[in-house]
Amino acid sequence: MEYVLIFITAIFVNNIVLSQFLGICPFLGVSKKVETAVGMGMAVTFVLVLATIVTFVVQKFVLDAFGLEYLQTIAFILVIAALVQMVEIILKKVSPALYQALGVFLPLITTNCCVLGVAILVIQKDFDLLTGIVYAFSTALGFALALIIFAGIREQLSLVKIPKGMQGMSIALVTAGLLAMAFMGFSGVDKGLSALFGLN
Amino acid sequence: MSNLKVLINGIVNENPTFVLLLGMCPTLGTTSSAENGMGMGLATMFVLICSNVVISAIKNLVPDMVRIPIFVVVIASFVTILDMLMQAYVPDLYKTLGLFIPLIVVNCILLGRAEAFACKNSPVASFFDGLGIGLGFTIALTLLGAVRELLGTGKVFGLEIYPEQYGMLTFVLAPGAFIALGFLIAIVNRLRKA
Amino acid sequence: MKKLESSLKNMLLSLTGFAVVAGVLLGLVNGVTADPIAQAKAAALGNAIAVVVPGFDNNPAEASDTVEVNGASYIIYKATKGGQPVGVAVQSSANGFGGALTVLVGFDNEGNIIDYSLLGHTETPGLGSKADVWFKKGGKGDIIGKNPGEKPLTVSKDGGDIDAITASTITSRAFLLAVNNAYAAYKGQQVDGASGASQQASPAEAPAAAEENENVGKE
Repeated sequence: MEYVLIFITAIFVNNIVLSQFLGICPFLGVSKKVETAVGMGMAVTFVLVLATIVTFVVQKFVLDAFGLEYLQTIAFILVIAALVQMVEIILKKVSPALYQALGVFLPLITTNCCVLGVAILVIQKDFDLLTGIVYAFSTALGFALALIIFAGIREQLSLVKIPKGMQGMSIALVTAGLLAMAFMGFSGVDKGLSALFGLN
Repeated sequence: MSNLKVLINGIVNENPTFVLLLGMCPTLGTTSSAENGMGMGLATMFVLICSNVVISAIKNLVPDMVRIPIFVVVIASFVTILDMLMQAYVPDLYKTLGLFIPLIVVNCILLGRAEAFACKNSPVASFFDGLGIGLGFTIALTLLGAVRELLGTGKVFGLEIYPEQYGMLTFVLAPGAFIALGFLIAIVNRLRKA
Repeated sequence: MKKLESSLKNMLLSLTGFAVVAGVLLGLVNGVTADPIAQAKAAALGNAIAVVVPGFDNNPAEASDTVEVNGASYIIYKATKGGQPVGVAVQSSANGFGGALTVLVGFDNEGNIIDYSLLGHTETPGLGSKADVWFKKGGKGDIIGKNPGEKPLTVSKDGGDIDAITASTITSRAFLLAVNNAYAAYKGQQVDGASGASQQASPAEAPAAAEENENVGKE
């Protein structure tokens, strides 16, 4: 039940993009079409879960073990960069079809701050590995959901007349704001659920 | 290009927030007040100047194929140094900015300037580029923070402009960040064309 | 100087070189800042304690006890003056609207609240975050001078006599729960101690038991 709560909270209540402000760059950058948004969402989910597992192991068995906690940032970003490269190479060899679908998005993910952000959050919140994985997976789904909804709206937006000064990024940001407002409607749902499950 | 030109270019023509649209996460995430926006801007500027100068100084020691990982190492080192210094000397600000300090590493502005400017120019020019872009970022964040704080709580830098109960709280919360930045960009676009 | 070529040897050399330099540099800075960081943290705690229990001459941050009540742990800092206890500061937390809400509450020897300080929270800025002044003297939900032992603090909506923060009932409930629990931890600790408390330790509410807590308030 705890995992269900984490799952729902991370997707709806504390949506990584719309309430935590992580991963905004791809959210604004690759959201012009639903199709690319789906690809990006899948790629991020894949990398985010992998990166969380690897950084967790690095933190517990290397950094904590040798008292090198202050190297966290530098170690994590290098691990994530190397991981993304490896995923790219392996996918290319093993599954050309999947590579076709996700390939172009992979290099962009290194600088997606939600990957590093989630890796650090998992350590900060003192999750165990399984909870961390559930958290990472749900967060990534939340990212994908926000991205796909936003892309859908932007597809429609291109058919609308928009005042000159507001065209492009400006109207996109205002739209994102309204979307964030809609997601605010979920706040408090986690409280209700944890009461329902008898957790606290 | 003279150093002054490089400096002004960073603040106006290539303003990272309003023109290049880079580094959106901290822009939106840390600007709930003018003070926080300015703190984040200055923190980023510090890392940007240091990384720009160092990268430009070592550019000949770095083989092309591995330049990105090395740039990332340089940037991440300065971010960690900043992280530790802030924890030690300005713990209150550190607590407010929270997760966004380590995330300066993945701020596209830093790697972007390293690639676009620092690895082609002298350390001095890179210093001014870092200063210019950093100031541009700081000004943008402070402005956005001030607008959100004013609309949301009736204050700017903690000074009351109008009574708080008339404020629109939304602007301090997540949706207001997107909306305020959207309109600011529209205004800047309009001004730049004029 | 000529640019290094991208041969395997050069790449490995420069990568290792920069990684080592960065590691050593960070190690140095860490060594330099470790003390100031620890000091800054201790100072922040010390300041908070000084606010909630004024007028002591020992170092409460070092005279602390960790008490376990119903699975939750509370840290109690004992303030003394000339060897005589003048009060305690209790660190307690409860689940608010956005996550854990941590408060430091100061009690005098009778268990009256001297003052409190909000150590950390993730409440909505501008709404729940108002808890840092709302319950102070002169605030609308003034709890200063009240004694949770006589009557647990509850918001008026639940039959108590504390005004909740406008539009933030959940935060207010969490805040008062944290204060009540802090009191329970303090009393539980005092009974164990030599001082021989006149009052019975009030039963400590589990963090989830907000509802029960409210019923007590209706008595």
